[in-house]
Parts: sequence; structure tokens; C-alpha cells
Amino acid sequence: MTTDSIPVQTADARPESARKTGKSAPPGGRSRQLFRHPGAGRQHHAGPVAYILLGIAALFSLFPLYWTMVAASSDNTRVTQTPPPFLPGPHLLDNLGKAWQDAALGKAMLNSLIVAGVIALSTVLFATLAGFAFAKLRFTGRNILLMLVIGTMLVPPQLGVVPLFMMMTDLGWGQQLPAVIFPTLVSAVGVFFMRQYLSEALPDELVEAGRVDGAHSLRIFWSIVLPIARPPMAVLFMITFVHAWNDFFWPFIVLDMSNPTVPVALTQLSAGYVRDQSLIMAGALLGTLPLLAMFIVFGRQIVGGIMQGAVKG
Amino acid sequence: MAISTPTTPDGAPGAAPPAGSGTGAERQRRSALLHRLDVRGAPYAFVAPFFVVFAAFSFYPLIYTSWISLHRVELSTLNLMEWVGFDNYTALWDDDRFWNALLNTFTIGVLSTVPQLLMALGLAHLLNYRLRGSTFFRVAALTPYATSVGAAALVFTMLFERDFGMINWMLSMVGVDNVDWENNKWAAQAAISTIVIWRWTGYNALLYLAAMQAIPRDRYEAAAIDGASRWQQFLTVTIPGIRSTIVFTIVLSTIGATQLFGEPLIFGQGPNGITGGADNQYQTLGLLLYEEGWKNYQMGRAATVAWAMFLLLIVLFVVQRVVKRVLARKA
Repeated sequence: MTTDSIPVQTADARPESARKTGKSAPPGGRSRQLFRHPGAGRQHHAGPVAYILLGIAALFSLFPLYWTMVAASSDNTRVTQTPPPFLPGPHLLDNLGKAWQDAALGKAMLNSLIVAGVIALSTVLFATLAGFAFAKLRFTGRNILLMLVIGTMLVPPQLGVVPLFMMMTDLGWGQQLPAVIFPTLVSAVGVFFMRQYLSEALPDELVEAGRVDGAHSLRIFWSIVLPIARPPMAVLFMITFVHAWNDFFWPFIVLDMSNPTVPVALTQLSAGYVRDQSLIMAGALLGTLPLLAMFIVFGRQIVGGIMQGAVKG
Repeated sequence: MAISTPTTPDGAPGAAPPAGSGTGAERQRRSALLHRLDVRGAPYAFVAPFFVVFAAFSFYPLIYTSWISLHRVELSTLNLMEWVGFDNYTALWDDDRFWNALLNTFTIGVLSTVPQLLMALGLAHLLNYRLRGSTFFRVAALTPYATSVGAAALVFTMLFERDFGMINWMLSMVGVDNVDWENNKWAAQAAISTIVIWRWTGYNALLYLAAMQAIPRDRYEAAAIDGASRWQQFLTVTIPGIRSTIVFTIVLSTIGATQLFGEPLIFGQGPNGITGGADNQYQTLGLLLYEEGWKNYQMGRAATVAWAMFLLLIVLFVVQRVVKRVLARKA
């Protein structure tokens, strides 16, 4: 891939407050209301049709999750009736408890928490380090190395899965969490994301001032970069956490049911070990709850982060 | 920590060597040297972890895959590699399951990617209006992205259930007979594509929205002055304005589609999952790879399938580049 397909971005030069809400600042201070002209998109207030369509889209997005909850709170006979239930039943806690036991979700959740936590932490640390270097430090081969980072996004990790499995067996990591953690300790997207942010948000003068004061690079990173980079680091942490929590292919191959992550444990529910549909849905709900909770609390930040990391223009 | 090596051997410049270890000039020279070493070396130390991990766990396995694909290796005896040359490749070429999986990967890929990106484009356009509750709509659109493939596939498998599934029930209201979503080839592929579409549409919409917001407003003004309708503005300003993002999402979705694995596996509910249905009607290349390696215990053959996936990706990228170049010339 060449530079023209991932154009170097797009500073989000909007003020912090605007960036957070995802809204744009009124251009040039002109009043929003007074200055309206015929254009597409953002300039226009949404009409009723737009709201209806958006409502349908939101329904499409949220209904399966709502229905998971409905099914998880019913019993099996009720779920398999026609017409299916649309309102929650009284068995939620029962079913959650049974699913917790049947699918060994306790261990799976702990494993997922460890895996996603370690991967997210290390990704954030290494991506910030590399992003800082690519954004603000001068060194030979910088552009080539950055292109290499971007290029690695095009290599799907699944293609090396057979030798990776053999490697992990050799290392004695079969069915162990390190086998899932190590291959994902870094992320190209993360490096790129941090680079874009730091190019904009970190003034060159600040780095220079640090140098003049005699600080070495790691010290500059620690005392100047880290405090400035905190907001995107938080976003990167959450996005990486979601990805690591949901990662399926490789954990499914290298782990087994004795030591699964949540997505791996959920396959057990589908594979007929549990027959009860409402129990299956309770398991699915349990496996999703931690991330849903995160979305309810930090949804806006995650949305902002994905948009900020997007390729624009 | 290895990262700090450039500065550690003699202590950081701040922690100057004890007095008496040399004259002031010597000390200065040494700290200048350390400073140069730090400025030169630190950037490489900072980017090194990425490249080390990538080389060890992505690049090396990718290359090693081709070596394994030339051997007969069984899952139970991973250290016994018997050279078989291109046997695995010829066997794959002659295997109907391979062509079936290739075709399925392609059709499910098209069925999931095309509607997904079109819907994302429309959704982004709507979200780009000045909206009340825009945060709600954005978070709602992104919520499916937070569900794991396991949970999503389980729910949709149930919604697509033949006898009591909600989708058949709704279809029955408009007079459509029960569809056997699992066993009918096209219905199964459509159902699997629905799971993919559901999980990724909002994510792509947000990428488009970000790009749309970066389009300078005066382009719309100019188009409006030229008398372009809103639809024309969408086609002549918005779409070209986010073209590189569209290419980016097409590339990402293509990679995702080539690797499709969890959705069909779970949709098959157990034994039928790995084979992609009783008649392989929705077996993808990812599933075939798994079946060869971890069900039939033939790792060499699995590696061959991995290579086939890689080749498929390369072919798709070449096609994409050509298409893009042709489109660019037109524009």
C-alpha cells in the first residue's frame, strides 16, 4: 500500500470540547442558525425522515441485544413458542447462575480479563513509545519504518496460524494464556493512532525544551509525552480491550475448554452441551455484559476515539 | 528496561558521574556523547518492541507457513516433518471442498461486505446531519461492535431458527413459509452475512462520518451555487471527499471476509460447524483450514490452505488497485 491510500491525516484541529462531543465548532465563529445554505449533511438539521431512518438503524443495532436479555430471562418453553416473547421474564438470575456453571464462565471471564488487560496495557505502552518516536523524533529510515508498520496491517495474523501453533507447543504454551497474549502485544493500528495524535497535540517546542534542560529521551517520554497522551491512551486501551476480549480464531485454536477465554467458552454453549435455549442466551449475555457496561459508561469516548483514528480526507 | 539502554551504561546525563572521575571538560565530552547516543538510538529503541513482536509472531510464522506446506505434518507428532514437495498443493487443487470453500468465502464475502458498506455510507450521511441525540445514535450504532462473535452468532442462530425463530415468525406474518436457514445454502449464507453486517456496519459508519466531517464546507457551497441537488452533492462532493476512507474500509472488510471463521462455525451449532453445514454449504476457507489441521490432524495441508488464503488476498488487492486506478483516471 502506498501513501495515497492512507493519507497522513487530518489533524483534528477542533477544540477539545468539540472533539469530545463529536460536534464541530461553528466555522469561523459564524452563527449556526443565521448561516444556512443548501448543502448535504452536517450543515442541515435532520428532518423527520432522517430521525425515522436513524431510529430503525438503532433498533437494528440494539434489538438483538435486547432480545438476548428477554430470552435469558425466560424459560426454554417460553422462548421456543411462537410468537416469541418480547418482554423479559422472571428467570434472569436463575439462568445466569446456571449458565455461569455450565459453561465454566467464571474461569473464562477471569482469563479474558487477564488476556485483554495485559494486551491492552502493553499495546498502549508500546504504541505510545513508537507513536512518539514516529511523530516527534528524527531518525534515519523513519518514513520507511512507518510504511512498514502500516503495511503490517495488511498481513492477517491468521495466515501464520499453523507455525504459530507449533511454536507455542514447542514453548510449552499450548492451552496457556501466554500463547494468546504474546502474539498480540503490539498493534500497528495503535502505533498509527498514537502517532497521529502526538503529531498534533505535542508541540515540538516542548520536546526541544526538554532536551535543552538535559532530559534524555525516556525522561521526555515519561514527563512530557505521557501526560499529554493520556486521553488517546485511554481510548486506545478501551478499543484494544474490546478487540482482545472478542478475539476468537486464535484463542479457539490454541486454548481448550479447560482454560478458555469467553468467546471460546461460548462455543461450548452452541455445540450442544447445553440444550436449553434460554440458558444459551444467558451465557451469551454474561459474556457480553462486561463490554456492554464499558460501552454504557465510556461509549462516547470510544466513538470519539474510533472517529479520531479514522483515515480522513 | 531494555528501552533505556542508550542512557544507562554510565548513568543518565542527569545523574552525572561522581566528581573526580575526570576533568570538567572530559565530563562534558562524555555527556555530549551520551546525549548523541540517546538522540540517535532512542527512536530505534522506542519502535523496536513493535517490530520485534511482529517479526517473531507474525512475519516469521507467515514465512514458515510456506515451508510447512511442503511437508506432511501430523498434529500428534509436530516434530516429524516429512518432505512431500508440492503434494499438498496438488491435493488441494483436486479437492472439491477447496473450490467449494473458496466460492463460499467469496459469496459470503460479497453478501456481507457490499450491503454493509453501503448501509454504513447511508448511516454516516444521516449521522452527519445536525442531530438531537447524536451521541445516542452513534453509541447505538457501535454497540454491536462490542459483542463477541460468539454472543452475536448465538443470538442470530436463534433468531434464524427454523421452527420457532423470530425471523421466520415475522416472515410468516407476511405470508412467507418457514425458511430452513441452516440447511438451505443461500439462506445459510445470507444468515451468516447478516451477523457480519450487524457487527460491523456501525463501526464503518463512524469511519465514514469522521471522513465526512473533514470535508471542507466550501466545496458544498460551490456545488450548491452550481445548482447541484443534495443527491448530486452527495455523489460529487461527499463520495470523492471520503474516497480514501472507502478504499480503506474495503481493504479491511476484504481481509475480514477472507478470514471469516467464527460466525459460520457457531452458526453450525456443533459438529456441523467445522464442516460448514452438513453439505459444506457454508464452509469458508477459514473453516477448511481448521478442519484440515485440527480435525483431520494434517498441519501441512492446513498450511497449504493458509497459503491459498494469502494468494486470494493478493489477487483481491491487485484487482482492487487496478479498479482504483481506473476509477481515479475517470475522476
